[in-house]
Amino acid sequence: MTAPYELNDDSVVVVIGSGAGGGTLGNELAQKGVDVVILEAGGRHEYDAFTNDEWASFGQLAWLDNRTTSGSWLVARDFPNLPAWIVKAVGGSTTHWAGASLRFQEHEFKVRTTYGEIARANLLDWPITLQEMEPYYAKAEDKMGVTRTNGIPGLPGNNNFKVMKAGADKLGYKDCHTGRMAINSQNRDGRNYCQQSGFCFQGCKFGAKWSTLYTEIPKGEATGKLEVRSNAHVLQIEHDDGGKVTGVVYADAEGNQQRQKARAVCVAGNSIESPRLLLNSASSKYPDGLANSSGQVGKNYMRHMTGSVYALFDRPVNMYRGTTMAGIIQDESRHDTSRGFAGGYEMETLSLGLPFMAAFLQPGAWGRSFTTALDAYDHMAGMWLVGEDMPQESNAVSLHGEIKDQHGLPVPNVHFDDHPNDIAMREHAYRQGAAVYDAVGATRTFPTPPYPSTHNLGTNRMSAKASDGVVNGHGQSHDIQNLFVSDGSQFTTGGAENPTLTIVALAIRQADFIADQMSKGVL
Amino acid sequence: MKTADKRPKLSRRGFLAASGGAAVGVALVTSAGVVSSPTGAWAMEVTALKPETMATLIQFARDIYPHDQIADRYYAKAVKGHEEQAAKDEAHKAIIEEGIAELDRLAAEAGSTDGYRGLGWEADRTAILHSISTTPFFQTIRGNLVVSLYNQKEIWPLFGFEGESADKGGYITRGFDDIDWI
Ligand SMILES: Cc1cc2nc3c(=O)[nH]c(=O)nc-3n(C[C@H](O)[C@H](O)[C@H](O)COP(=O)(O)OP(=O)(O)OC[C@H]3O[C@@H](n4cnc5c(N)ncnc54)[C@H](O)[C@@H]3O)c2cc1C
Ligand code: SF4
Repeated sequence: MTAPYELNDDSVVVVIGSGAGGGTLGNELAQKGVDVVILEAGGRHEYDAFTNDEWASFGQLAWLDNRTTSGSWLVARDFPNLPAWIVKAVGGSTTHWAGASLRFQEHEFKVRTTYGEIARANLLDWPITLQEMEPYYAKAEDKMGVTRTNGIPGLPGNNNFKVMKAGADKLGYKDCHTGRMAINSQNRDGRNYCQQSGFCFQGCKFGAKWSTLYTEIPKGEATGKLEVRSNAHVLQIEHDDGGKVTGVVYADAEGNQQRQKARAVCVAGNSIESPRLLLNSASSKYPDGLANSSGQVGKNYMRHMTGSVYALFDRPVNMYRGTTMAGIIQDESRHDTSRGFAGGYEMETLSLGLPFMAAFLQPGAWGRSFTTALDAYDHMAGMWLVGEDMPQESNAVSLHGEIKDQHGLPVPNVHFDDHPNDIAMREHAYRQGAAVYDAVGATRTFPTPPYPSTHNLGTNRMSAKASDGVVNGHGQSHDIQNLFVSDGSQFTTGGAENPTLTIVALAIRQADFIADQMSKGVL
Repeated sequence: MKTADKRPKLSRRGFLAASGGAAVGVALVTSAGVVSSPTGAWAMEVTALKPETMATLIQFARDIYPHDQIADRYYAKAVKGHEEQAAKDEAHKAIIEEGIAELDRLAAEAGSTDGYRGLGWEADRTAILHSISTTPFFQTIRGNLVVSLYNQKEIWPLFGFEGESADKGGYITRGFDDIDWI
């Protein structure tokens, strides 16, 4: 049923990347009868090929092509060649993700107006509002089967959640529950319900967690209008003399270069590869890279204020059993500057297996203070802290001056410095996270530093004015009419919430726009 | 409440019997081309590195990530990769030999007559590690070890981590919510 398209078929829409943004967009367009080719750099591993083994899974799915880092963030010290933990495989990072699916709050679409001017922060309101997004959020929640929406019950709480909930109750937090998760709590959409296996980050072997790999992509393929070409790494987007894009050059599984023609190109390679591709596509007409008249491509890189708190108890917890992100406290997600910072954060349970815990609890640590913590691994509870970080123009994905990848193209460098607002928020979050656990008798708590970025945002941001950003409110580039950005790099600002629900909602909305423009003959 | 079975896969009884009752914390024996446990429970062929170097490397690994419930053989397995790499790569061999020689030199300064392994107290050895903890040698060993030690499935039960669960149907009927003290 899969539609094979010719390389020189210039009527197809080419989507680059098959993750949350690209996989959703590809299916939505195919459902409307648009011919789509998704080019995906990674291989196709169906869910029975996933493994309950952290490092083996990482080797199977993660994006391991060389990247460099700079700036004062700890990730640059601890993981100099791994700025981000994201995926290179069909399904993109929706294979690895935990499933937390939260809508942005109204004010988070207009932070410049709400927060006012903040020194060094390149704040801007989104060109769209929550009201405009609501119907698309509703479609995304239905598509992904998000618990606590559409009458879908919440997931049952596991041990890690029960510790969090008891602490939250003691502290007087009101908004603590097992989350809005794109994980089936009952059989739905031809997929199993969650078996509480505890390996959400390694790909769900039961298909209970939504991933484009086994939802959007096969549904799109079933229309006969979508071809997904795996092991197809796009190197460059090409354009004609008039400036419109005409297709892409990619390396196939054998490393041979192929040229796929296109009517329109949608970039959804996640927020490091998407700007890198636009920059690597520089030409004599566009010497600074495609869609970069504003100079904002690659800039304003955001990764969310993150951190974790782990805690030890005198009695067993066994946090690793059950969903990785098993519950949430939302009380701190409001914007309330009396806490000493703008914006808010979420507290979400998190668990790592022993191998990852050793690598991430306190990167670089050694000796008894560290190993006694691991000795009590089964007495440990944990949470992740995720909040809005400030966009800064100097935080950027740029092309490395010397180092090249396996295709001979400059590798991306990811530069990041925390903003003072990020630091103040993290300190607050560490205190509150520890307080939750102290309230139920923790014997030791750990303010764990950020992991390599799982939420990568903002490097091709939306703006009302072409001079402020890269794309408009539909993800269409300001400069080139048939070039779109369809992933988290569109985000004008990051919000406190995990981004994927918003990425999916934007992709559904963008598909409507593209199909409409095509039917009007303007695309 | 169901807690994880913390016994190693190799039954503790059999293991202790095989190793003469002294599983951990005893001096390693070196002879030509071999490092072995004093009881002969395990032995490791070492040809690229000096056997004494490997024996010290094993102690060094334990001092970086000390777990009293983990036998030497797991530390030996965790650092074995350096022997394999040294066999292929002279530069790597030099890094290891020189790094260990430096440990012995620092131990002599601290009063040991028998190198790093001759320092009886962990605290004395740890003091040396602190003094070299920013060197590339230390960072290479530690960065490698954090994966090669903790990624051994055989030791996971000692920490109460149960590993793969999908093959057992997840934890939905096996205690995902069985905490009883909260
Ligand atoms: C461990 C983990 C847990 C997470 N948990 C959550 C969560 O609970 N909630 C949440 O909202 N988000 C979560 N996320 C984040 C979420 O996965 C991402 O926000 C989301 O998948 C991003 O979608 P995307 O389309 O931008 O990119 P991705 O999903 O990463 O997809 C990008 C795809 O593009 C491909 N690609 C890149 N460059 C090229 C190229 N040049 N040519 C061809 N293909 C290319 C990549 O291989 C990849 O498959 C998590 C992420 C991780 C890693
Ligand atoms: S805990 Fe549930 S959602 Fe997570 S991997 Fe296991 S079955 Fe899938």
